[in-house]
Amino acid sequence: MLGKLSFSAIPLDVPILVGTFLGVAVIGLAVLGAVTYYGKWGYLWRDWLTTVDHKRLAVMYIILAIVMLFRGFADAIMMRTQLALAYKGNPGYLPPHHYDQVFSAHGTIMIFFMAMAFMTGLMNLVVPLQIGARDVAFPFLNSLSFYMTLVGALLINISLFIGEFAQCGWLVYPPLSEMQFSPGVGVDYYIWAVQISGVGTLLTGVNFFTTIVKMRAPGMGWMQMPVFTWTAFCTTVLIMVSFPVLTVTLALLSLDRYLGMHFFTNDAGGNVMLYLSMIWTWGHPEVYILVIPAFGVFSEVTATFSQKPLFGYKTMVYATCSIMVLSFVVWVHHFFTMGAGANVNTFFGIMTMIIAVPTGVKIFNWLFTMYKGRVEFTAPMHWTLGFMITFSIGGMTGVMMAMPAADWILHNSLFLIAHFHNVIIGGVYFGYIAGMGFWFPKAFGFKLNEAWGKRAFWCWFVGFYLAFIPLYVLGLEGMTRRMNHYDNPDWYPWMLVAEVGAIVIALGIVCQLTQLYVSIRDRNLPENLDLTGDPWNGRTLEWSISSPPPAYNFAVIPDIHGLDTFHTEKQLGLKAHGKPLAPIHMPKNTSAGVFIGLFSFILGFASIWYIWWLAAIGLIGIVATMILRSANRDVDYYVPVSEIEHNEEVYSRRIAAAQAAE
Amino acid sequence: MKKLWRYLPALPALMLSGCTVDLLQPRGPVAEMNRDVMVAEFVIMMLVVVPTCAATLYFAWKYRASNKEAEYLPTWDHSTAIEYVIWGVPAILIALLGAISWWSTHAYDPYRPLQTADNVKPLNVQVVSLDWKWMFIYPDLGIATINQLDVPTNTPLNFQITSDTVMTSFFIPRLGSMIYSMPGEQTQLHLLASESGDYLGEASQFSGRGFSDMKFRTLAMDPAQFNDWVEKVKSGSENLDDTTYPKYAAPQEAAPVQYFAHVQPDLFDGIVAKYNNGMMVDKKTGKVMHMQSASNAAPSDTGMKE
Repeated sequence: MLGKLSFSAIPLDVPILVGTFLGVAVIGLAVLGAVTYYGKWGYLWRDWLTTVDHKRLAVMYIILAIVMLFRGFADAIMMRTQLALAYKGNPGYLPPHHYDQVFSAHGTIMIFFMAMAFMTGLMNLVVPLQIGARDVAFPFLNSLSFYMTLVGALLINISLFIGEFAQCGWLVYPPLSEMQFSPGVGVDYYIWAVQISGVGTLLTGVNFFTTIVKMRAPGMGWMQMPVFTWTAFCTTVLIMVSFPVLTVTLALLSLDRYLGMHFFTNDAGGNVMLYLSMIWTWGHPEVYILVIPAFGVFSEVTATFSQKPLFGYKTMVYATCSIMVLSFVVWVHHFFTMGAGANVNTFFGIMTMIIAVPTGVKIFNWLFTMYKGRVEFTAPMHWTLGFMITFSIGGMTGVMMAMPAADWILHNSLFLIAHFHNVIIGGVYFGYIAGMGFWFPKAFGFKLNEAWGKRAFWCWFVGFYLAFIPLYVLGLEGMTRRMNHYDNPDWYPWMLVAEVGAIVIALGIVCQLTQLYVSIRDRNLPENLDLTGDPWNGRTLEWSISSPPPAYNFAVIPDIHGLDTFHTEKQLGLKAHGKPLAPIHMPKNTSAGVFIGLFSFILGFASIWYIWWLAAIGLIGIVATMILRSANRDVDYYVPVSEIEHNEEVYSRRIAAAQAAE
Repeated sequence: MKKLWRYLPALPALMLSGCTVDLLQPRGPVAEMNRDVMVAEFVIMMLVVVPTCAATLYFAWKYRASNKEAEYLPTWDHSTAIEYVIWGVPAILIALLGAISWWSTHAYDPYRPLQTADNVKPLNVQVVSLDWKWMFIYPDLGIATINQLDVPTNTPLNFQITSDTVMTSFFIPRLGSMIYSMPGEQTQLHLLASESGDYLGEASQFSGRGFSDMKFRTLAMDPAQFNDWVEKVKSGSENLDDTTYPKYAAPQEAAPVQYFAHVQPDLFDGIVAKYNNGMMVDKKTGKVMHMQSASNAAPSDTGMKE
């Protein structure tokens, strides 16, 4: 009846997990209680959970990303603490069974549910506004994508309290992840969480690709597109090409596990290296899926806060596109130690190095954007400068490992761990946080607190170097990744330094939370309010409308005459359009995404535990909801002119108030 | 307190003194090449990274908004000359690194046998990764060990590597390059120890619960000593053959060192063959052999008859 599920699946014998569960339960009940107490369920359901508005979905994505950041970081500091203790016969406090789950979950959560969710959130918030669109091409799919991501995140976190998570690393390499070596439900949790969220990501890719191709404002040719939108475009192409590969790879692994097939098993013709090759065909583009939008953020931030146009816009576009293409021909550098021939290794080594050229060009472009500008040291600019330095170093160690002869000793070492945290924290994370600070006023109508933002930056910046420079050294001292304990006295002091670094990063996260708290508390102070919708003297279209924008974004779709039209017109003192207002066609909110998400959760959870009748209910529920949704013709409405006029009037009054205050 | 701060810059040096930085202190020609290539890359790239980081800080400071002295060009966004430089310089560096890459990858391909000046006869070692230990078979000497690799110095070492469990990676940092060990596959690695010593050997690909203790000592010694050691092992009584192999191959964490005085000659081939329907390809001759005595833990009929 309940498949593999029984009471013994609940890890009551692990105090850390029981404590975590109590903590999550208390916070969860407090939130639910507060919503009930203030009578906000209706509001929450109508205006947020069932929304198809890209700006609200963006907020929900980023909240999810921040919650997942806590989870992923908790895993990180647990690992660092284990290694600061588990030296010379001391087993530490995490036995291998638990520790192996922690490092597997850390990677999976940080990539799929922190970084991907954050990136999708930023794209959601910014892309339609930058191209002068009223929503994305498929608003309902957008809501569905969010719920797919959320369900994946829920499944992976439920594995903490019911059953176990995978113990074979964040890419669950077979044969270790096959039934023969991992008979538990851990790998199944991984497969279902990643597969379900992968569907969401693929839909996001299709959705934003279509939006950017089809819904740009009149006059916005490809070369008038803002750089962030260009980077989002490249990312959607990468998503559409690479995510199906991930889906197929994991589907084959599921066939091995569920139906006893032999794609990646040791015997009967299975081939492990086939899995490695396939997973990295997705995996290498994936890192560019994450970092390219971050490059877009840095481009916007640097130009805006240097009070100058971006240096070499065209070069930036070409560089981004060449990175997009090159990212598909480098995947073998993840296994130079497989024993491939010298020609194969050389080819993939050199291709990898070539990516450093366009990436270097980008760095120089930002450098020359600052050159002869007026650089304002806002918090987003701090993250950007921190990025330029950190990413240069991370890029350098990346090129070092692109050389097969060096990778043969650096592969799988802590040097590698230091390298990819160097680019993912220094590139991706710094970028997303810069973007969050930059666009926060657009989403909410008030600015984030600068002082706490800068404190957060300094903690992250210093903490990063303290935590990861030791890992570079440890890699050179021959320490491999994923060790649970060790007895080499040379390694111990560096592990202690790394632990201190992790604590400093924790302070950075505390600063970020404080920043959010202080900003919300002081949101109505005049210096924090964004009345004009253009708090930074921005260059692109999103700054031409009120903050937060109305649901339909643009009362009239603007005409575009070139790059940074909004900024040019602002300089020339041109006043807006004069085009007549017309009723605006908008999509209605829908609960279909919520229900498909719910049934996907049931399907995933039931399949993990082999509860087949329940899985059938989940599957039937998904199909039924899709049919009902497709049959529903009542999916849109018109915003009447009177309402648009009213909104426009309120906005003009706010602008007038802001001008009066100056 | 103030005095302490003055010593802060010296801290990394202090922490490193007396430490072994395995990858920077090679004990063989392969590891020396690995290190030289790595250091060369580091130096070449520093030529760009250092000026870039310096320029970042300098430009940000010089063109800070409060510095009204600095020139301000609010519409300047293009310079063909600068474009040439920012594409050209990285391209030249990458071409240089690409050339080094081509040379080093071919010259030190792990599959390429090493030769010494005096043409010392190479030592063949067959490596089997198990859960969670390493088995070393010396086919020409008829002996084997678990979790200890003894090798003569200045002798080319020809490793033939496979796994009888999940995949992992065979790595002796101070001797250089690593190579995966995979079930049903035979990979090759050629190393040489130029100095006697006791070097760390490890599994560098996570392989499950007992991974952290999957280590072995690599004892490099001069050939005379090595011969004594071989005699010592041969004087023991343990046998490694089809009947005893399953016992030693069973999963075990932090396995102790073991010596085997006699090894069944085709044991390694049998381990490879067991994942290939009993077939095994001799990598030297290209001959396909059918292993009758494939280790008796062979999987059940897989239905994939040739």
